[in-house]
Amino acid sequence: MMKFLTAWLVLLLAAPAAWAIEAELGFDDPAMNERYRTLLREIRCPKCLNTSIADSDAPIAADLRREVHQKMEEGYGDEEIIAFLVSRYGEFVVYRPPLQPSTWALWGGPVALLGIGGFVFMRILKDRSKRPLDEDSIS
Amino acid sequence: MWRYAIPLVFIAVLGGFLYRGLYLNPGYIPSPLVGQPAPEFSLPSLKEPEREVGSDDFAGKLALLNVWATWCIGCRQEHAYLLELSRTSGVPIYGLNWKDDRDAALDWLATLGDPYVATAYDPLGDVAIDWGVYGAPETFLIGRDGTVLHKHIAPLTPEIWQRDFLPKIREECGSLPCPLVEGE
Repeated sequence: MMKFLTAWLVLLLAAPAAWAIEAELGFDDPAMNERYRTLLREIRCPKCLNTSIADSDAPIAADLRREVHQKMEEGYGDEEIIAFLVSRYGEFVVYRPPLQPSTWALWGGPVALLGIGGFVFMRILKDRSKRPLDEDSIS
Repeated sequence: MWRYAIPLVFIAVLGGFLYRGLYLNPGYIPSPLVGQPAPEFSLPSLKEPEREVGSDDFAGKLALLNVWATWCIGCRQEHAYLLELSRTSGVPIYGLNWKDDRDAALDWLATLGDPYVATAYDPLGDVAIDWGVYGAPETFLIGRDGTVLHKHIAPLTPEIWQRDFLPKIREECGSLPCPLVEGE
């Protein structure tokens, strides 16, 4: 029984190492390899919600890793590879969508919200500074 | 007045977005290939490995390209309907067998019936990447000039055929069977 439990424990501890997706492929050249890893983290797996193809164990992610590897070997640049994948899978696969009419709200939203928030904040400050200090406001 | 109006408007807008979000399918990715020329390919035939099957086979024809595999449950669901379409619709169906085992795939066609004019065998999924395939079953409608007219992800059903495919087919060629482009 004890042996069984120990075996279980060892398995449990070892599991996370097995879960981590080691990209099967790589490059001997460290710079190239670094480029490859970076690129994999930039591309979102189409089948799995919000996992990059570097982190996903879905078969399609493995295929896309192989595709990226192959395209790099053929001498394609990062942008060309990303453009190819976008032409096939759509903007979905990039984490940094380009600035275009359909993404204006996405890119502009945070700035607009910050602006509105700042405006409201300034107004509140102005209102407050006009009000005379009284005992109640100092609590 | 303002003090209440701004938060209310804000909540209404946010609520509107969230409400809409309830009915969106986050797994659905619109294909950028629709309206674009279909990617060319040539692969060994599933049934006759020495023969090539590819985009040349449906050049000049209105055709369906159905991506399937024996490990795909949705493919089994739609199989009977594909058989029906192959008999009644007048649109030739080509198969792309994706990341599958040849023997299993042949067995599937022998047992369940073969709706395909020809099936290309893509065990590594290279051609599938070129077509932006990410989950079987997927069905492409390809026009006579080789343009992708429509892409459907998930099993094909009579409702979807009526709603999504038939209007596109009518637009492309009036009535079925679709006349071939002259000179092809």
